[in-house]
Amino acid sequence: MHELSIVLSIVDLAEEQVRKNNAQRVENIELDIGSMAGVEWDALDFAWTAGVKNSVLENAQRQVNRITARARCLQCQHEFEITQPFEPCPACHDYLVEYIQGKELRVKSLTVS
Amino acid sequence: MCSTCGCSQPGGVTITRAGESLSGFTPLNEIKLSPLVQHHHPGDAHTSRVIELEQDILSKNNQQASHNRDHFRQQHIVAFNLVSSPGSGKTSLLERTLIDLHSQYKFYVIEGDQQTMNDANRIARTGVEAVQVNTGKGCHLDAAMIHRALHELNPQDDAILFIENVGNLVCPALFDLGEHSRIAIISVTEGDDKPLKYPDMFASSQLCIINKIDLLPYVNFNVDRAKEYARRANPQLEFIDLSATTGQGRDSWYQWLQRQMATREPELVH
Repeated sequence: MHELSIVLSIVDLAEEQVRKNNAQRVENIELDIGSMAGVEWDALDFAWTAGVKNSVLENAQRQVNRITARARCLQCQHEFEITQPFEPCPACHDYLVEYIQGKELRVKSLTVS
Repeated sequence: MCSTCGCSQPGGVTITRAGESLSGFTPLNEIKLSPLVQHHHPGDAHTSRVIELEQDILSKNNQQASHNRDHFRQQHIVAFNLVSSPGSGKTSLLERTLIDLHSQYKFYVIEGDQQTMNDANRIARTGVEAVQVNTGKGCHLDAAMIHRALHELNPQDDAILFIENVGNLVCPALFDLGEHSRIAIISVTEGDDKPLKYPDMFASSQLCIINKIDLLPYVNFNVDRAKEYARRANPQLEFIDLSATTGQGRDSWYQWLQRQMATREPELVH
């Protein structure tokens, strides 16, 4: 549901960069999105089509780097791939874990022309 | 999904003081982005440039949230962001709290809903100043809306500000408003597995209020199980069980508020 807000924020960032660089459009945009960033892929795709219309991103190639979430157990220091926010440590079954990666929601790079 | 969500578009959002009419409200029906001139001449030499941006997509909201936080700190205001599903009793809890504690604290309320002035008007009847943010098609409040609402409210120093977010357990989790604490409210008429279904909201909250406990004898809601599920998403989460209707358990909630007020940052600048 909030994916359109996210797309519109990306459009804002892209327009700012196009302006700063005296460019006219974005050819490529590379996004880093973690699997625990709270973004639904299908919803993002859907929102993208609507959100980039009439913007500098309208014809841009979009590359999404999907980052698999990893966590570290704060009890036993075990590191593991985490697929649900409430997943316990597979080694000691404690729920007190911290994320190492997987919360990313950023524009990594843009190619403007 | 809300394909015409106008969350970041000021044109779709209205902010109205309680008691004032919503006339002139025009919901956002389509996404309007500033048109960009894109002249393309066949003879132009095009040079492409790669910009390594590495910028957080929500950085604008986060900057605005941190600006709001500065406002609150300077004015010694403690802001709470109340998040829940629709119908969990956020407004009822606020009404009771404002009536019970009006002699102890100065309160302000920002109400978030897609449409209507109903909640702000309910709050205004308790004598507390309230503004209503109507998000139009939007599914959450963002930091810029709170900033605009703050300028409309113009709160005095040393106050408590309650922000009642749009009833939605998904989207508001992602948007920092600059609040001091986030409070998730669930009611016993919902499923006790709600924290498992919507973990992000519980993971990002500091307090979880379990409301409508006067109805426990009539529903199949296991309070301990709900808490255990919520702790899986957030081991540090605090809990308060209460009934906004009967007042049962409200003292723990008022003590919690008092502790938050006592531990706020002493950075009052005049």
